[in-house]
Amino acid sequence: MSASVKIKTLTIDDRHVGARENQTILEVARENGIEIPSLCYIDGLSAHGGCRLCLVEVTGIPQLLPACMTVVEERMEVSTQSERLRKLRKNILELYFSERNHVCSVCVSNGNCELQDMAGETGMDHVHFPYLYPDLGVDITHERFAMDDNRCIMCTRCVRVCDEIEGAHTLDIKDRGIETRIITDLDQNWGDSETCTLCGKCVHVCPTGALFEKGKSVGEMSKRRQFLPYLALMREEKR
Amino acid sequence: MTPEEFKKIGDAHRKKRKDFPNNINVCTAAGCVSLHSEKVKEALEGEVKKQEKHKTCRVSGTGCLGPCASGPLVSINDGQALYAGVTTDDVPEIVNNIDKNPVKRLVVPPDTPFFAHQKRVALEHCGKTDPESLNDYLAMDGYQALYDTLTTMSPLEVIEVMVNSGLRGRGGGGYPAGLKWSTVEKAVGEKKYVVCNADEGDPGAFMDRSMLESDPHSVLEGMAVAAYAVGASQGYVYIRGEYPLAIKRLRNAIRQAEKSNLLGKHICETPFSFDVDIRLGAGAFVCGEETALIASIEGHRGIPRPRPPYPAEYGLWGCPTLINNVETFANVTPIIRNGADFFAGIGTEKSKGTKVFALAGSIKNTGLIEVPMGISLREIVYDIGGGIIEGRKFKAVQTGGPSGGCIPEEYLDMPVDYESLAKAGSIMGSGGMIVMDETSCMVDVAKYFMDFCRTESCGKCVPCRVGTAQMHNILTNISRGQASMHELQLLEELCDVLKHTSLCGLGQTAANPVLSTIRFFRDEYIAHITHKTCPAGVCTIEPEKETVS
Repeated sequence: MSASVKIKTLTIDDRHVGARENQTILEVARENGIEIPSLCYIDGLSAHGGCRLCLVEVTGIPQLLPACMTVVEERMEVSTQSERLRKLRKNILELYFSERNHVCSVCVSNGNCELQDMAGETGMDHVHFPYLYPDLGVDITHERFAMDDNRCIMCTRCVRVCDEIEGAHTLDIKDRGIETRIITDLDQNWGDSETCTLCGKCVHVCPTGALFEKGKSVGEMSKRRQFLPYLALMREEKR
Repeated sequence: MTPEEFKKIGDAHRKKRKDFPNNINVCTAAGCVSLHSEKVKEALEGEVKKQEKHKTCRVSGTGCLGPCASGPLVSINDGQALYAGVTTDDVPEIVNNIDKNPVKRLVVPPDTPFFAHQKRVALEHCGKTDPESLNDYLAMDGYQALYDTLTTMSPLEVIEVMVNSGLRGRGGGGYPAGLKWSTVEKAVGEKKYVVCNADEGDPGAFMDRSMLESDPHSVLEGMAVAAYAVGASQGYVYIRGEYPLAIKRLRNAIRQAEKSNLLGKHICETPFSFDVDIRLGAGAFVCGEETALIASIEGHRGIPRPRPPYPAEYGLWGCPTLINNVETFANVTPIIRNGADFFAGIGTEKSKGTKVFALAGSIKNTGLIEVPMGISLREIVYDIGGGIIEGRKFKAVQTGGPSGGCIPEEYLDMPVDYESLAKAGSIMGSGGMIVMDETSCMVDVAKYFMDFCRTESCGKCVPCRVGTAQMHNILTNISRGQASMHELQLLEELCDVLKHTSLCGLGQTAANPVLSTIRFFRDEYIAHITHKTCPAGVCTIEPEKETVS
């Protein structure tokens, strides 16, 4: 790291913290043990800014800002846990649960799911929006992995890891709005994909049970994400 | 080109036009073309030859003449008479009467309020020049402002003029144009870009299309002036693929300007170089949002990203980028030519100049209008628009498309400017203005716009992706008489979530049509919910769903 990096000081939830000038609010908060919920952000991949759970209030700015993509500024006053934010986060989570068929009791990731954990942490005990119950399929054509659209929350972690870390770009997104889906290659079956390298990184970054390894019991379905920051750092240093 | 050449071409062309004491201009913008104005033009050309008047009478195509609903429109002798609803059968009479009294049957009275209340700045050449002829534009002192800017003004002086003019972005947000230009000018980057946003997507809006079809050179000239001011060397016009005529004319204009050294390397023999390319949109509304537009030009999926950083600092391929809409660029040349005070003298304290509106809906004179800011909605609806069709009762004006709201009768005397419209729960938007009468159901209108937002949401952020679908379902239930008051409450709650947590403008403003209709027409919602009737008689009330208990 060059010596010319400037240091900024700011407050997060009334705590004074220091940060390097190009860090985001989320990075600084996590370094200091301040937990800001997020689903699409994952250490080691580019930020996406789509889950809207890491929205924070910054004094003097009328809009809410995504902590994962907002760079710190000197004397910034950040609030991450206001009553308004908690209510909005709960509403957003309810929208997640109402969108697809997230039935924990029959899910392979029950107990190992970030969406489930998030609901517990934010105290979301019920969904007061009507469930949409979309008719979605499961792709089990791949020899080792499977993709269940019913449990996907469109965080695009898998798309980003496939592109940015593995470099295969097998996964991508099709359609728009409520119809968006993760696809493999040109919307072919995953099993027919010629670009998939079977690396399994997508499965391990998936926050829910949308991507899972075949032949594993629910108890074994824990996901290992430790490789990602390490790989990203190694790439960074090579450059 | 040198000033002498400018003058030579202009003079020659003006003289050529004078050689014909009579002229017939046929509107060839899309509205009239769809009513077969090109056939009328062909017939006129044939008839002029037949009556042996081709040495004294010139027939040419021209841009939008205004009252689109009564097309095809034909202008005689530079606006001496305007004929509406011309068919090929009327052609012999028109040519016969060309140097006599106008044909009474077809003529639009010149003192009609439709024109009397308008003020043309951005549309100054619309309907006066042939959009496919560079010489026509040069004869109207076209590219003179660019030449003067390049030879007599510094970039900072240009920006100062823009700041003093008080021009605000005409795409909808109303961000001061001069400030945006100066930010891009100050931004540091190896390369800078100027982008013209012509991805006009609001239902019922056709201002940008008409402007590009009628006067493409003025937009190009505005872009070149902007590029000089901010230090850009490459420009893009991002235009939606659904506008084939506008694309064709823009392509033609770019080629003409390049040939005459008004675009390209060393423009007018100055050190300044500027190229313009066209990028076609593929039908996504969200690509009108500036960060999604940038992604689309770069060749990525057209999805927005959070701002800041703003494109002025980090835009196309990470370079500082100036993005303005078609109308904003069309205003640049008149401002440079006539000075900032001319423009700042029009309009209200905070909203300067004029605004182009596409007037549509249940109104007598639909069409393209340009009015000074601060004019009342009543003047637009009743004087320019000629009131509601078939003697029906006025209900609301919808401005700003799916991001705007419906303004009821009690706000009709409100001045049209950015702040007043925002106070009334709507926005200025890009200029779509849909007038609705008593036969429109406001729940149905809200449902329509929510359906639009639902299908146009890019799907990146949850509040917009799921929220619009949820809201559309609730509105559908209300319109069918299958909802309870609890669902109305849910709807209002969702409006709040969308407004505060969505990533881009599409989601943040998607709730506006719902919020404004609930605010002003709550009784209609209640009628659907509790009385199971649609007061306007639009919605089909369906019997209660059978519930299994």
